[in-house]
Amino acid sequence: MSVPPTSAPPVNIPPVLEVRGLTKSFGDHVVLDGIDLEVARGETVCILGPSGSGKSTLLRCLNWLETPDSGTVVLSRERLGMLPGGNIRMGDTALARMRTRIGFVFQHFALWPHLTAIQNVMVAPLHVQRRPRDEVRAEAEALLRKVGLADRADYFPARLSGGQKQRVGIARALAMKPELLLFDEPTSALDPELVGEVLVVMRELARDGMTMVVVTHEMAFAREVASRVMLIDRGRVVETGAPEAFFDNPRTERARQFLMRYAGAAPPPQVASLG
Amino acid sequence: MIAQFGIVWDHRDLLIDGFLTTLWLSALSAVASIALGTVLAMALMSRRPLVARASGVLVDAMRCVPFLLFAYIVYYGLPSLGLRFSNWSSGLFALILYNTAYMAELVRGAWRGLPGEMIEAGHAFGFHGLGLVRRIILPPVIFAAIPMIGNQLIQIIKDSAFLTIIAVEELTHAATVIQATYFLPFASFITALLLYWVLCLCVEQLVRLVGARAELRR
Repeated sequence: MSVPPTSAPPVNIPPVLEVRGLTKSFGDHVVLDGIDLEVARGETVCILGPSGSGKSTLLRCLNWLETPDSGTVVLSRERLGMLPGGNIRMGDTALARMRTRIGFVFQHFALWPHLTAIQNVMVAPLHVQRRPRDEVRAEAEALLRKVGLADRADYFPARLSGGQKQRVGIARALAMKPELLLFDEPTSALDPELVGEVLVVMRELARDGMTMVVVTHEMAFAREVASRVMLIDRGRVVETGAPEAFFDNPRTERARQFLMRYAGAAPPPQVASLG
Repeated sequence: MIAQFGIVWDHRDLLIDGFLTTLWLSALSAVASIALGTVLAMALMSRRPLVARASGVLVDAMRCVPFLLFAYIVYYGLPSLGLRFSNWSSGLFALILYNTAYMAELVRGAWRGLPGEMIEAGHAFGFHGLGLVRRIILPPVIFAAIPMIGNQLIQIIKDSAFLTIIAVEELTHAATVIQATYFLPFASFITALLLYWVLCLCVEQLVRLVGARAELRR
């Protein structure tokens, strides 16, 4: 089943993200079973896999929203979650500081309901990064323009559609000027007709050279935008490679089966999963 | 009967003073108990088991004491510890402490009902500790708790009537004075009751206004 670990892209500059031997279990259920992943600057890696395969858990382990049982996560040469070398958990403040370098876009948006769209974008740069208000506001306005929501800046999330919420979610993540952007099934909670507007924004980010890891069921998007795709099943990497090679000539039987079930056809129904 | 209300009307100064005292006591204890209750709710939700346990015991103990008895204890008990307050301050103190426990419980309930993903998003964006509580958690919690806080405000107004037993000159006290002097129980108490009613209606209206704004932010 398993295939040699991720072929690293051309080195020299350190990878933005370097994951080694990540494992995670919930009780007896092994969700991640030794995942390796390397993401170079400017790469867009799409993580595919059936529901419950562990892909969301993997993403959540990358910024320690979920604490992995073992393995290492390294962000631009700096170990995340654990103190360098040892097995001691990082303090809350140090962990929080590292998390500001990773943007996170949630499946169900997770906007803060008491803040308007622009306040959602501004609150962390203002109060976590403590950057000057004028600068933060100007950038937030520019970001909302970029995601096509300049006219919705003062709307509360309750008055936005799903697609608009998710675009605010993306602007909010970008406002932190992250080194890495993580997307957790960003379109799977959206009505089909709203998926496109979010994918357009993501495609543009990839083109601009943003470093992204995207957990998704959107095969067409992965094929078009990804620098690399990675198929996960039962907590292991099944296959990884360039999108054309993966979609047209999968090397493993499991990847072939997966593509038969998911690619081309409509996205699978969303089942609440552990992952 | 009309004559009886005429006598009450003649002593309207007394009633107005009482009404203002009730209003003032209720407003101060509302603000203070919401603020202190929020802090206490933070202790209830603390990740440190000892803090959470100790504050839980405190809140439960307070909620199981009849307010009448509690007011007596504050008024007669504290001086024996060497703390001396006026009737008015004792009454205010009792109202604040008693309602802080209720407010804490209300805020905790709303906090527990907060979608976990919102707090998680706070963590993901580098919020932690007090900043997380203040910027991310408390605002939606308070918005969600507004209807229940409104109920508790009405409870405060009604509880303040008990303070007549420690001779705080609030509305019930004023009504009692009038009825005792002229033996007009019906007219004086009905008048007081109407004034309480008006006060509670105003609070309800206020809560509805604030609540409508809060609804948008949930």
